[in-house]
Amino acid sequence: MTLSRRKFLKAVATSTLAVAVIPGDSQGFELKGRMSPSPKALKAKRWGMVVDMSRCRDDCAGDCIAACHEVHNVPFIPEPDHEVMWLFQEPYANAFPDQSHGLVARRSDGWKFLLMCNHCNDPPCVRACPTQATFKREEDGIVMMDYHRCIGCRFCMAACPYGSRSFNFRDPRPFIKKINPDYPTRRKGVVEKCNFCQERLEVGRMPACVEACKEGVLTFGDLDDPASEVSRLLSEKPHTRRKPDLGTGPSVYYIL
Amino acid sequence: MLEKALHGGKIYWIWVLVLLAGIGIGLSAYLYQLREGLWVTGMSRNVSWGFYISQFTFLVGVAASVLMVVLPLYLHNFKAFGQIVALGQFLTVGALIMSLLFIFSDVGMPMRIFNVPLYPTPWSMLFYDTVFLPGFLMLNLIIGWVALGAEKRDVPPARWLRVLICVSIPWAVVMHTVTAFIFAGTPGRGFWMTAIMAPRFLVTAFAAGPALLIILSTLLKAVARFQVGEAAIQKLITIMFYALIIDAFFLGVEYYTAFYSHVPAYTETFRYLFFGIGKNRALVPWYWAMNGAIVAAIALLALPGTRNSRPRLLATCIIALAGLWIDKGFVLVPAAFIPNVFGRVTEYPPSWVELTLSAGIYCLGTLVITALYKVAVSVRRERMENPPGSTSPAERPGAGQVPLFR
Repeated sequence: MTLSRRKFLKAVATSTLAVAVIPGDSQGFELKGRMSPSPKALKAKRWGMVVDMSRCRDDCAGDCIAACHEVHNVPFIPEPDHEVMWLFQEPYANAFPDQSHGLVARRSDGWKFLLMCNHCNDPPCVRACPTQATFKREEDGIVMMDYHRCIGCRFCMAACPYGSRSFNFRDPRPFIKKINPDYPTRRKGVVEKCNFCQERLEVGRMPACVEACKEGVLTFGDLDDPASEVSRLLSEKPHTRRKPDLGTGPSVYYIL
Repeated sequence: MLEKALHGGKIYWIWVLVLLAGIGIGLSAYLYQLREGLWVTGMSRNVSWGFYISQFTFLVGVAASVLMVVLPLYLHNFKAFGQIVALGQFLTVGALIMSLLFIFSDVGMPMRIFNVPLYPTPWSMLFYDTVFLPGFLMLNLIIGWVALGAEKRDVPPARWLRVLICVSIPWAVVMHTVTAFIFAGTPGRGFWMTAIMAPRFLVTAFAAGPALLIILSTLLKAVARFQVGEAAIQKLITIMFYALIIDAFFLGVEYYTAFYSHVPAYTETFRYLFFGIGKNRALVPWYWAMNGAIVAAIALLALPGTRNSRPRLLATCIIALAGLWIDKGFVLVPAAFIPNVFGRVTEYPPSWVELTLSAGIYCLGTLVITALYKVAVSVRRERMENPPGSTSPAERPGAGQVPLFR
């Protein structure tokens, strides 16, 4: 095909004109809703959870766990070896294996301690991760996961002294009873854990477990704000954290 | 030079075919694991690292052990290692290819592996391994290959090779130290939280490498009539002997701290390994076997007859290597998860998928080493059969060797 100079210029002129005239402005390519935080978002310097075990009833149906796992599409995998758990229960001796002395153990006999990611002040998992797929959000201390960056090396699981991290040993999707479209499902080969309901805080809602518990076991708030409910509870009642000697600085406190 | 790996006798090709078949079986195990997910391994949420990471750890040690031939040859001008140094370097190449493949097999999302260099994370110890392992692989491949090429053409190797050799010496130590640091800095895993981890990694490497080199030299002598020389073997025995003694000392120091302190975090895994916890004692026979093998190897090497009897020496090397493999390649990684962070015991038996895939990787590494050894042996034999030039071999100043200091 040969093209004369005149024909070429003509073609350029008409196509330029066509682009200019055809409706559909370049404005359409701009993001409609800019990614700005919602004014309703809950904010804190350092989010923390207080678990008042004296209020946690043995015969409870575990609404908090059900709510958490439903909201976050956590699969129910029957074999315990490959379970995925964001919020789970352990007896005192297993939750606090290093503080398991007679009196406390007796007082807490039969209690099932609610365990979750401690959102440590100095998280060993964040130090271990070779891709920064897990990271601590400096503005509020939440330890988060990027499921799309995680390579599934499980160094974080070796580093976490609390057993708070779960690896998707198999495809989780067939094991989710009802998929919540508002939160992403994960795929096999990545690690996941409790995220302090960061996606709910963003739209002004308390964590799902806190909302679900009717006994007032769980209190969530700003540990750095002396006026917050969590700070008030911690100043009034004796409490402990899991494995404090490791220096990780957990943000989850337990009142016995 | 590589074409020399394509000329071989019947036995050579049967051996290559056996290895290729092994690779094929391993690959099918890998594809199965890739489709199903890691639940087909023996790993669990409690024991989240197992056989793959163990092999990675052991093989990085084998790779680092090349230092024990490079150091005497190039820094101390111990010329008897001239024949064996290429074997050491090519063994390192094979070991590192296997190490990298074991990491690759262990990750849940292998297609994302390049996220590691894409998001370099200097505070993660795994990052350093991804820098130092491929680097050491290239260093050894280049040094070994260029030196062998020079030997073939009967010219002294290029001068820039000295720079690479100088770099490779500390590189080996750093590489294995950062491997130990993956484990030695994890709070909550008392078994790994010990400063002796890196020294013990190095010393077990320096025992395993010479043991393996003695075994391989014996094999090469049998199948290819390739002699590394008696002086080299004797030196390797000495290195292995002292490395084993230091390892035994380090183990004793560990046991003392664990058992005398009574601090549960440090004691519990050792209690499990020696005596079991309740009914759980899967690793107990292995751990006793490891300790027994180290002691037996030291005792055998101390006997005067072992050094001069090749069958006895070979048996000793196999015992030592078995002990060192159980230690680093089987027990060290999963044991730290027993008991787990909740004080419970979950045993770790590797699954058939894991073992098959691992065997496939070992076949691949062996194939690489076989091909490289074939090249090295062919080059040496050519030189032996038609000595180039008019000068006799004794007059040529160490062809293929790079004297750092004259």
